[in-house]
This record gives sequence, structure tokens and C-alpha cells, in this order.
Amino acid sequence: MLFRVLRKEAVADLFGLLAESNRMVAPVQSGLDCLGSPLYAFKEVTDYYEISLTYTTTKIPAKKFFMPFRETMATFIVAGKDWTKKIDLNIDRPFVVFGMHACDINALNKLDKVLLGNFYPMPYYAAKRKNMFIVGIDCVPQPYCFCRSMGADTALHGFDIFLTDLGDHYFVEILSDAAFNFLRQLSVSEPAESDHALYVKTVSAKNNKFSVRVDTTDLTKILDMEFQSEVWEKWGKQCLSCGTCANVCPTCYCYGVDESVGLDLSRATKTKLLYSCNLIDFAEIAGGHNFRPESHSRLKYRYYHKHRGFVEAYEEALCVGCGRCGEACLAGITVPEVIASVRDQES
Amino acid sequence: MPDGTNFTDVMADRQGCYHRKSDLSAFEHTCKGELTSIHRLTNLENLFRIRLLDPEDRKRFTFQPGQFVILELPGIGEAPFSISSPSSGHGDLELCIRRVGTLTNFLFRLERGTHVGIRGPFGTGFPMEQMHGENILLIAGGLGLAPLRSPIAYVQENRNLFRNVDIIYGAKHPSQLLFTYQYDMWRADDVNLHIIVEKDDPSWKGPVGMITKVLQEIFAHRDADYFQKTYAIVCGPSVMFKFVCAMLNERNIPMQKMFVSLERRMHCGMAKCCRCNIGSTYICLKGPVFDYWSVMNLKEAI
Repeated sequence: MLFRVLRKEAVADLFGLLAESNRMVAPVQSGLDCLGSPLYAFKEVTDYYEISLTYTTTKIPAKKFFMPFRETMATFIVAGKDWTKKIDLNIDRPFVVFGMHACDINALNKLDKVLLGNFYPMPYYAAKRKNMFIVGIDCVPQPYCFCRSMGADTALHGFDIFLTDLGDHYFVEILSDAAFNFLRQLSVSEPAESDHALYVKTVSAKNNKFSVRVDTTDLTKILDMEFQSEVWEKWGKQCLSCGTCANVCPTCYCYGVDESVGLDLSRATKTKLLYSCNLIDFAEIAGGHNFRPESHSRLKYRYYHKHRGFVEAYEEALCVGCGRCGEACLAGITVPEVIASVRDQES
Repeated sequence: MPDGTNFTDVMADRQGCYHRKSDLSAFEHTCKGELTSIHRLTNLENLFRIRLLDPEDRKRFTFQPGQFVILELPGIGEAPFSISSPSSGHGDLELCIRRVGTLTNFLFRLERGTHVGIRGPFGTGFPMEQMHGENILLIAGGLGLAPLRSPIAYVQENRNLFRNVDIIYGAKHPSQLLFTYQYDMWRADDVNLHIIVEKDDPSWKGPVGMITKVLQEIFAHRDADYFQKTYAIVCGPSVMFKFVCAMLNERNIPMQKMFVSLERRMHCGMAKCCRCNIGSTYICLKGPVFDYWSVMNLKEAI
């Protein structure tokens, strides 16, 4: 990996360079919550001064730009007994995500494994993912962040540039030749020994700021042992089966397909809608049989997929510890608490 | 992953050699098929014969008994159906479908000659080659005969490669029996056909009860050696699996020789939509056919 340092004022120039020919997506402050704290969101921006690089966590992850909640997969023209199908991947030019935290970059890396893996790669995702330029930015752990427990507190790949705030300048990690070429047009310099030392110090200071931890030791086995545990029913009673957790999860990718006919009956549309395994009909089949009729069985499935099944398949959990689901949950269910309660059954 | 800011058309780099599982443009590829005939089986089920129209699709479309396709009606929806026809019939396939939801009810209103979309084939099939030289128990409950009809056809076509073959079929009522016109043909091919219904009517001459009752009677006349040299394929509702598989297990049929076909909701067939997922096993990819050992290791599978 190549390292450089960039003066803070020059970040605006970097933004400007990228914005010349690309769509820019960046975190902006989108409002205040009822306590007066700022709310952040990823939005399409044109002006560097709109964006907030010191944002905490956006309520909704950037996935809406590469895995939209509602996306047209194909359209049909129907004529009598025949029809033609037209596929559209819904992207025509590259875009830049300017200011993504390590957890969200790691979420993309996990999604890549499923959606770009070695069988049936998904063109809708691939088209956007292969046309994405990512500028990462370091962050300050919030009270709900447990990314360090999930091994997602640092991003090793999956970005073009990663910026770490060292006071009056940024420490820059460069991963792609495109990024290198952009930076060459700016006043960047080789990091000095003191910059290296400052970087290591900054990272270790960040590591000490985590207040929540999730113990993942032997978690796959413990989840298997506790499959019948009553603790799931307790959480099931609390869960409203609303699907908010999947909505705000940067790694949730499941979907449903919905087709509709145009009013003149000559056109039809096939739409992909992101779904949630907590919604009641997630596993319902024709004839009305539901494999997971109770809310606790669906909540349990969510944890088994993320923390057991995915680990079995890819040797890592399908969770980056961003804490969004716990923050958004109307019933106050958080991942660290659920996992701790399951572990408790063992002691 | 991102290699710059030049736009990359992911569909452009389609390789010359066709490999559906890694080809991005294959993901939403729908083969156009024509409904060549609609055969009424019962009040609720029809057999739809579908001919793929594109010569390229016809050439590529090969499947194993037990695999499924996704049938799409533009604007109405799509759903998975196991293929009910012999695997030797390349671009011509038959789907035995029950009228039960929006898509199937619409399908039942279509006329011969209508074009439908077919994606697939998907999933795993029954490993028929492995079963050569052995006895076979083909066990179906209700609509489970639909996926079982493909391995039955394989056995008929390759009858010399199998020893004793039994079809055990249970239905709720005589009026719900599927493929009645084929029973004599199966028997003529030296296949033992046992049929039982849960509720009889005056015309019914055969046994009445649950499918396990027939199995018990058959097993009483078979020795331990038979069970060691036997493969079993079980298709039906998941409640049936529990009882039937337990019975087969009791008789010491090796778990790797017992196969079931699982039913789940699916929206893609390609391990992406997650709807059929159990843990992290995609039924559409690693199934729908599983041996009993794999089923035992899947929580909530049956």
C-alpha cells in the first residue's frame, strides 16, 4: 500500500477533481433529532461545503446507491400471447462515495462475497460496484459501535483512498491507480516518520474508545447449542417484526420480486424490492404454509444467518458492528445484548 | 474492486464460451417457452407442456431429475416448479402445477400457444448414476409425485440398471391421484406400484390410511440385505418427511442413500434473494435435493 499526506484544505480540491466528471455521494447533515443531535445521511451532492466529514453514523447506509430499496429489473412489452423482455442495470456512469467509514466499506466487501462470488454473480450490483470510486474516512467510535468486535474497524481493501485525520493534515492510504492519478494532481507529500508515528497513535487512541464489545468466541457452536433456547422467545415477544433492522443494515441484501402490469395492459415491470427476514411472509410458501410463523423464529433466523451461517460459508460474520439496527429498533433490541443473552445460557 | 472512474459495462465482457453460473448476462436471461399443451390431471392440477423456442436455449437446456425451473408470467410474477418430465427431453419440459396462488391461478387461465418465461434449470438433482445396480424406493405424498415423475422416467428408461423398484404413493383422496393414466405403464415396466389414500370413496379398491402403513407392509417382507442395497427418494410435504425418513432410518438405510426434495419460497433461484435460506444454506443452490445427513444438519429443514 502507498501512503501520502494531504493538507486538510486540499481535501476540497480532491472533492472538486472527482466531482468534475462524476456523480458524488457524500454524508451530509440532514436534520436534527428530537434531542437536537444532528442526523446524517448519504446524499448526492455537488458542493464540498454541503458535506460533513466528521459525521457519526448515517441512519441509512450508502447501500441505497448500489442496492436500491426498489429497483426495476426488467420491463416487458406484451402483445397477445407473446412478449419481449428488456433488462436494465440502472446505471450509466460511475459515481464516487466520498467519506465512507471502515464499517461500511467492510460491509461492501462482505456483499461482494455473496453478490459477486463464484456462482451467479448479480449484474445489478456488479454494474454499480464496478463503477464506484470510494474515499474512506476515519471515525470516532460511538456508544453503539462494536465494529472492533466484528473485525470491521479497519478496512484493508474495498476502497480507493482512505483518509485518517491527523490534526492539520490527513494520512492517505492509496489502493488504486485511479486514486493515485487523482492525488498526483494535488499537493500531496510522502509521509514523514513522525506522520507514521502519529497515525499509529491515532488508531490506538481510537481503539480505546469502544464501549461495547461482543464476544464472538465459539459463537457458531453456541448458537447451535442454544437453538431451542427460551431466550429467543423472550426477544421474539419484544420484536415487532417491522423489518427496520434490515432496512438500516449495510450488509442485508435479501429481496423479493414483484411484477406489475401497466394500465394499458401492454407493458409489464419486474421490480426488485429489498426485504427483511423479520417480515411475516418471508418464508411463506404457496398454499399458505409458513416455515417461520412466529416472530421469535424469524428473529432467530436473522441471527443464525448473520452470525452462524455466514461464518460457516465465508469464515466471517455478516455483521460489521455499525450498531445502526440497535439504534433504529423501535423495541430497543441490540445485537450485543441478544448475543450476550444467548451466551449467558451457557454459563 | 473499483478500477477507476471510466464506466465499466459489466455485460459487455460476455465470454465466448457459455457458462451460465458465472455469466453476468445469464442472471436475468429468460428462455421463451410456448405452452404446447395443457393436460388436465385433477380439479386442482394441470400438466403444462412447454417447448423452449430459441434453438440455442433448446441446445443448452439440460437438466437432472429433481432440478427445478422458475416459470415467469410477465407482469404476474414468477415461481419455482420442479420439472416433472424425463431428463432426456432437452428443450421440452413438463410442469405439474397445482392451482393455489395468484401466479398459478393466472396460469390456469392461459390458452395453448401462450409464451411463458423459463429460467433455469436450477439446484441439485437426484444422483441417479450413483443408484445404478441398487434397489430404489420412490416415495411420494400428494403433489410430491410431480418432482418424483422425473426420476421415475429415468428408471423406466434405464430399467436394466436397477434391481427392485417400488413406487409408494399416498394421496388424500382417490380424486386427487395424479398421472393415473401412467400407472399401468409403470407396472408393465416391472415397477411395483403401491397406492394408498387417506380417505376413500365407494369406487376405491385399494388400501386406506397413511403412507407409513404401506411402507410397513412392504418392509415386513424385505430382509436386512435389501436395505443395505437400497436408495430412497422421498418427495412430499415436510410433515411426511419426518415420519417416512424416521422409518427408513430405522431400517438402516444409510443416510447418504436417502434423498429428499425440500420446498421453499424463492425469488431468484440463484442464491441471491435469500428467501429459501436455512442458516446459510441456499435451498435453490445446494438443494432442493439433499441427502438425509445434510437435512439432519440443517436446523428447521423439515
